[in-house]
Amino acid sequence: MAELHNYTLNFGPQHPAAHGVLRLVLEMDGEVITRADPHIGLLHRATEKLAESKPYNQSIGYMDRLDYVSMMSNEHAYVLAIEKMLGVDVPLRAQYIRVMFDEITRILNHLLWLAGHGLDIGAMTMFLYCFREREDLMDVYEAVSGARLHATYYRPGGVYRDLPDRMPQYEASKWHNQKDVDRMNENRQGSLLDFIWDFTERFPAHVDEYETLLTDNRIWKQRTVDIGIVSPERAKNLGFTGPMLRGSGVEWDLRKKQPYEVYDRLDFDIPVGTNGDTYDRYLVRMEEFRQSNRIIRQCVEWLRNNHGAVMVEDHKIVPPNRESMKHDMEALIHHFKLFTEGFCVPEGQAYAAVEHPKGEFGIYLVSDGANKPYRVKIRAPGFAHLSALDEMSNGHMLADVVAIIGTQDIVFGEVDR
Amino acid sequence: MTNIERLQTLQRRIGEAAGDAVNASSIELGELTVDLNVDALHEICKKLLSGENFAFDTLIDVCGVDYLTYRQEAGEQWQKPRFAVVYHLLSTSRNQRLRLRVFVDESSPMVDSVIDIWKSADWFEREAFDLFGILFKGHPDLRRILTDYGFVGHPFRKDFPMSGHVEMRYDEEKGRVVYQPVSIEPRVLVPRVIREEGYGG
Repeated sequence: MAELHNYTLNFGPQHPAAHGVLRLVLEMDGEVITRADPHIGLLHRATEKLAESKPYNQSIGYMDRLDYVSMMSNEHAYVLAIEKMLGVDVPLRAQYIRVMFDEITRILNHLLWLAGHGLDIGAMTMFLYCFREREDLMDVYEAVSGARLHATYYRPGGVYRDLPDRMPQYEASKWHNQKDVDRMNENRQGSLLDFIWDFTERFPAHVDEYETLLTDNRIWKQRTVDIGIVSPERAKNLGFTGPMLRGSGVEWDLRKKQPYEVYDRLDFDIPVGTNGDTYDRYLVRMEEFRQSNRIIRQCVEWLRNNHGAVMVEDHKIVPPNRESMKHDMEALIHHFKLFTEGFCVPEGQAYAAVEHPKGEFGIYLVSDGANKPYRVKIRAPGFAHLSALDEMSNGHMLADVVAIIGTQDIVFGEVDR
Repeated sequence: MTNIERLQTLQRRIGEAAGDAVNASSIELGELTVDLNVDALHEICKKLLSGENFAFDTLIDVCGVDYLTYRQEAGEQWQKPRFAVVYHLLSTSRNQRLRLRVFVDESSPMVDSVIDIWKSADWFEREAFDLFGILFKGHPDLRRILTDYGFVGHPFRKDFPMSGHVEMRYDEEKGRVVYQPVSIEPRVLVPRVIREEGYGG
């Protein structure tokens, strides 16, 4: 019988640890990976091409569907690019709202990452705990935009509307009696800001809870320490950004280094790792939970005390309110033009990037002066991270590939676009 | 030094390092764009990575742009070569960004690969090849990446229709999936227009 040396193994696209639709062709020597070849594109929807055929505002919703666990951060990069080209200054209150929701989104994303990453390498409980907290934040999304996931809340010129004064309430049903409902509505009596504030009061204790389960857990450490080590130089060369880069010890965060919106007015720290392994990246993200919580609290305090517009007044970009349309001819014309044609963006090109929960999410926009973008290029952090999977998993065991996919925080909406 | 002054210094230094290879460079919206001669790209990129005053250690993005219908609605015709490859560089040590652009013709859309300088170019170049048909000389593994296995054409070119050329369905008689010409009628909901500056007051 011929002796077998290397063989190839198909991992995914239906494997639950493949985080969506990753087809991974692994070349193995026994149980050791010698080459990993990710086949992507199974979720390719040509978002960039679709955006070319629509007025600017109609593509905001597509941005939600890129990285579908950090919706508002994607929108943020897109509206920033448009605002840069239009030369629009966003009202301060809208900037605070955006920052607050960016950080809520970061917590949402990291919760899903922790849930999935934990589940992949054997910590089932994490999944249940993380989804408990996600539920509250989804309610926040719903209260502000009407949608729990695909919010389309950010607009060029600000945000769609101001924060609601009242949280939606649960109602009694055959599954929940009045007593249950009263308990569930306890923290929903005030405004949205009160609800968020209540969440930030509770959340640090929850993070402690996760850490008790994982940080010193022997099994967790065996699965993550020294897995997928990336040196700082290598991380930069591979195009890593976000927690992947910070895990390797590079102190790089766009919120600090190239601040946008009001990040330069807020007080927060940037955690960095030392070894650049999966465990360090886990620790970095855990600390980001706490820092995001800190930012949200500062935003809530500011938003409580400062009121004002959340959209610019320029009706060439932003639709007028419905009331003025009823008696003002000009408002009616503006409304009609905006919804039948959209606005034209001056000729040129711009790149705008935000510190997305996964890394640097950038939009490169080319405009030829029309009401639709000429070219939109979405720079997704996950795309660069996944391309390094071969290098990171080389020499590791098959089971470690799952840990590495988990630590890269891959979401196929943004990788395939 | 303000951001603009730093960019002007960088612009001057690139001019010195690249010499004749710079076709144009401009600072707009606080971003520096340098149009390079396609033959000199690889050599200049090497300098941009290792040069002390450059230190562009991260290649953030590579993308293709098809200028075929640029400003068509305004009755203008694109004069330069049809395709552009746009590189976005970032220096984490000097906290600066740079955009490089090279233009290539439709007849020979060939650019030197920068994969030996920045490893992150690997998939970005594969993507530009897949979607625009731009070839990267020296790339070790220039396969399609986002489109389906066996896909024909380069879908992000402006002359590729939005609905594509073929559609796929399950054929009951043959008992397998078959490809057939698309049955969707292309339609435009909002026409593309270019308005002059100050339109509508």
